[in-house]
Amino acid sequence: MVSATKLSKSFGAKRVLNKVDVSLDAGGFLLVTGPNGSGKTTLLRVLAGLDAPTSGEVLLPDRGVIGYLGHEPLVYRELTPLENLHLFGRLYRVPDRAERIGMLLERFGLWEVRDQHVSTFSRGMRQRLGLCRVLLHKPELVILDEPFNALDVAGSALLDATLDELGPRSAVIVATHDPERVERLATQRLAFA
Amino acid sequence: MRYFADVAALARKDLLIELRAKETVPAMLLFVVAALTIFHFSVPVKSVSVNAQHQVGLGLLWTAIIFTALLGLTRAFVPEREQSVFDALVLAPSDRSAIWLAKAFSVFAFLALAELVAVPAFGLFFFNVGWQTIVALLLANIGICAVGTLTGAMAVAGRARELILPLLFLPLSIPIVVGGVGASIIGGQKYLGFLALYDAVFVLLSWGSFEYVVAET
Repeated sequence: MVSATKLSKSFGAKRVLNKVDVSLDAGGFLLVTGPNGSGKTTLLRVLAGLDAPTSGEVLLPDRGVIGYLGHEPLVYRELTPLENLHLFGRLYRVPDRAERIGMLLERFGLWEVRDQHVSTFSRGMRQRLGLCRVLLHKPELVILDEPFNALDVAGSALLDATLDELGPRSAVIVATHDPERVERLATQRLAFA
Repeated sequence: MRYFADVAALARKDLLIELRAKETVPAMLLFVVAALTIFHFSVPVKSVSVNAQHQVGLGLLWTAIIFTALLGLTRAFVPEREQSVFDALVLAPSDRSAIWLAKAFSVFAFLALAELVAVPAFGLFFFNVGWQTIVALLLANIGICAVGTLTGAMAVAGRARELILPLLFLPLSIPIVVGGVGASIIGGQKYLGFLALYDAVFVLLSWGSFEYVVAET
């Protein structure tokens, strides 16, 4: 699914990743931990294909099967949840789009606010919408950077259940400051110092 | 057909965002009218010969248009940049050049709206322009939007993006000014043909290279 060998990434003179090896197949769950600035986000961006490594080899799946959630939910604030998901559904070639969008919005508790502008949402609601966008095209590689950020208890429980359900068909990479939350799912761990 | 459906969906999104946010077009309108007003009072064209009036006046119009376009281009990728939505767009399996084409369409629409106000305002402050200037503006818009959207996308990735866009765009817009001013003042088909050639070359270059420009944004 995804593999990286001796992956290094530098920004100017600063080396953020130093010969990191990652190999993850469908059903695998990589838990990435470490303090702020240790390279978690950089690693996730490289594994999503958003940034190129300075050196090392990375083998990634086609970009259409990757679901990526960064520090931001990656949705347009001026659009509604429905408009956002229909746009990304089209670009990500989602079949039965309306049905899939309706199901995700119901699941993440956003159906009632589907026609409201995202700019009126709390950070937690935007994070829920970001998760809907990530899961919209049933990605085979799910990459989540601090996914529990801003989520309330109910939202976190929803994400827990969703991660449980991703199961054997997807490879999952999660970077978090709260490793206990997903420790039970991890098949691999990578701790940055 | 799927490609053009993607372009339509992305362009519709840009127009919808502008319709709701009302940030770019009002700023462009205010800027171009203010610039022409300043030119009207700071450059005493009426004290010179008619021929010189035409030459100076049309030069000022093109200057105002280029900087108004730059203002619009500066705003073009703001919705994508502020929420990092660019990451989600470039990860989609759709052809990435659709992002460029849709953005170029929306910038074209905003610039054309600004010119709908700028040309009558120029007529009010200076003199009415001829049909060749109108055709030249339309051709110039295509080149401005093609090159400007590409350089705007390059600037999104950079840290000093406010500096990068003008530094990349303004040198590339010099041939547009040469063609536009030439078509407006001298007339004839030569300068319009030059603008059309610029459009053809830079539309193809921008369309073909956008994939590589956003490969690591």
